[in-house]
Amino acid sequence: MPIYSEKVMDHFMNPRNVGEIENPDGIGEEGNPVCGDMMTFYIKVKDNRLEDVKFKTFGCGAAIAVSSMVSEMAKGKTLEEAKKITPRLVADELEGLPKNKFHCSNLGAQALNKAIDDYLKKQQKEGGKQS
Amino acid sequence: MERVYLDYAATTPTDPEVVQAMVPYFTEVFGNPSSIHHCGQEAKEAIEEARAKVARLIGAQDEEIIFTSGGTEADNLALTGVAVARESKGNHIITTSIEHHAVMETCHFLEKRGFQITYLPVDEYGLIGPEDVRKAINNRTILISIMHANNEVGTVEPISPIGEIAREAGVYFHSDAVQTVGHIPVDVNKLGVDLLSVSAHKLYGPKGVGALYIRKGTKPASLMHGGEQERQLRAGTHNVPGIVGLGKAAEIAQQEINEEAARLTGLRDRLINGILERIDHVRLNGHPSSRLPNNVNISVDFVEGESLCLTLDLEGICTSTGSACSSSNLEPSHVLMALGLPPEQARSSLRCTLGKWTAESDIEHVLGVLPRVVARLRAMSPLLRKPLAGEESNGHGLEKNKS
Repeated sequence: MPIYSEKVMDHFMNPRNVGEIENPDGIGEEGNPVCGDMMTFYIKVKDNRLEDVKFKTFGCGAAIAVSSMVSEMAKGKTLEEAKKITPRLVADELEGLPKNKFHCSNLGAQALNKAIDDYLKKQQKEGGKQS
Repeated sequence: MERVYLDYAATTPTDPEVVQAMVPYFTEVFGNPSSIHHCGQEAKEAIEEARAKVARLIGAQDEEIIFTSGGTEADNLALTGVAVARESKGNHIITTSIEHHAVMETCHFLEKRGFQITYLPVDEYGLIGPEDVRKAINNRTILISIMHANNEVGTVEPISPIGEIAREAGVYFHSDAVQTVGHIPVDVNKLGVDLLSVSAHKLYGPKGVGALYIRKGTKPASLMHGGEQERQLRAGTHNVPGIVGLGKAAEIAQQEINEEAARLTGLRDRLINGILERIDHVRLNGHPSSRLPNNVNISVDFVEGESLCLTLDLEGICTSTGSACSSSNLEPSHVLMALGLPPEQARSSLRCTLGKWTAESDIEHVLGVLPRVVARLRAMSPLLRKPLAGEESNGHGLEKNKS
C-alpha cells in the first residue's frame, strides 16, 4: 500500500499556487528546515477576501501537499472563513494523512493564520497612522 | 514503467540461482536436521555444507559459524550474549555513534540494565579513530562493537588496527559486517574480530536468515532457549531452505566479489561525479575512497530528502533518504548528525546503493532525471525565496538561478 493517498500524491506532484507574491499584503512562516519542514505563505487581500494565496515549502511529501491544499482551500475565502481552516479539515480534504505526518497539517494551517495575522497587524498600524 | 532499483543496501533481490538451490529444501529434503533418521540427516548435511561456504567466504572455521534469523539477531546475540556472559568481569562496552539500530538499540537496552556504553564519535567522513578506541578502554571493558562499513554513508572503518588494539587489551571485538560480507573481502583473522554479523538478504540471499561468526574460545550466552541447535547457542528448528540459500549466496559471492566490486566502484564514481557536475550545491556524504563500492550518499541543499525520494519513485527510481520527518521521530539520521552535518543538510540526504543488476544505462538514466527533479523541488523551496523585508539575504547566491 502506498504511504500517501492519491489526493496527497496529486497535490505533491502538481501543487497548486506555488510561488511568491510581489508586495504581498501578508506573509506567514512556520517551521524551520532543522525540524524538517518549513512553509512560507503569501497572501493578497481585497475587500476582506483572500484574492490570492501562494506558498513555498521545504519538506516531505505531506508538507508540500498540505501547503497546496491549504492554499486551495483558502483562496477566495473571507479572512474569518480562512482562519477557520483547521489541521483536521486539511487532512480530511487530502483523504487522510499517515498518523506520523499529521503535524504537517498543523504547520500549513498555522502558516496561513500567521499570514492573515500579519496582514491584520499591518492594517491596524496603517489605520492608526491615518486617524 | 521500467524501474531502476538503487536501494541494494536496504535489501537485494534473491539471486535466481540461490532460489533454485533452496527449492528442494521446502519439499523433497524437508527433514528436521535434529532428527536422527535419513530425512533429518540429509537436511543436516545441507546445513553443514552451507556452514562451510559461509566460513570460507570470511576465512573462518566451519564450527565458528552460528546461523541466526538475520543480521539483527546476530548483533543482539553478540552484544547481549557477551554482556550477559561477561557481566562478572565488567560492565563497559565501547561502540560508535554511527552503528545500525540493531547495535545501537541493543546498547540502549543494556544501558538501562546497568551497563556503561561509550559511543565514540567519528570524523567528518564517518571514520573511527583507532586511538580513540584505545583511550576508551578501561579495566571494566568487556566488548568493543564497531561496524565494518556504515549502511548509510558507506564509510569502511579501520577494523584491523582496532582488532589489534582489542587483542592487546584482551577485550572481545565484534563487528557488524552486514554491509560488507560478499561485497568487499572480509577475513576474520585479518580483521582481528572475535564476533562478526552477517545477513543473507544483503548479498543476494533470502530474507530471514543470517549468521554470527564466533571465534573459538569466545563464549556469549544464548538468548534463545529451547533445543540444542547451533552448539546450544541458538535454539529453534533450523531454517533449512534459508540456510541453504545463505550458503549458496556466499559461494556465488566468493566467485564474483573482486570483479563485481571493481565494476560497482566504476559505476558509483560515475554516479557521484555525474551528480556533482550536473547539480550545484550538492555534497558527497561519507569518505571519498574508504567507501563501499556500491554506496552513493549526497546532500542536495534546499530540498528535503523524502520529497526527493518520493518524486524519484514516481519516476521509477527506488532510493532512500536519511531524513525522517515524522512526529514520532523528529531527528534526522543519527549517522549524518554524527558526521557533523547541520540538520538541514541531514534532512536533504539521498542514498543510492548499487548492486548486481545495476547497469551503466541505469546510472545514465538517473543522471538524466535527477537534475529535473531537484529543480522542481528547489523552485518550491522557501530556503531559496527572496529575502523578506528586514531580512538578510539567504547568502546562498542561488536567487538568480532558481530553476
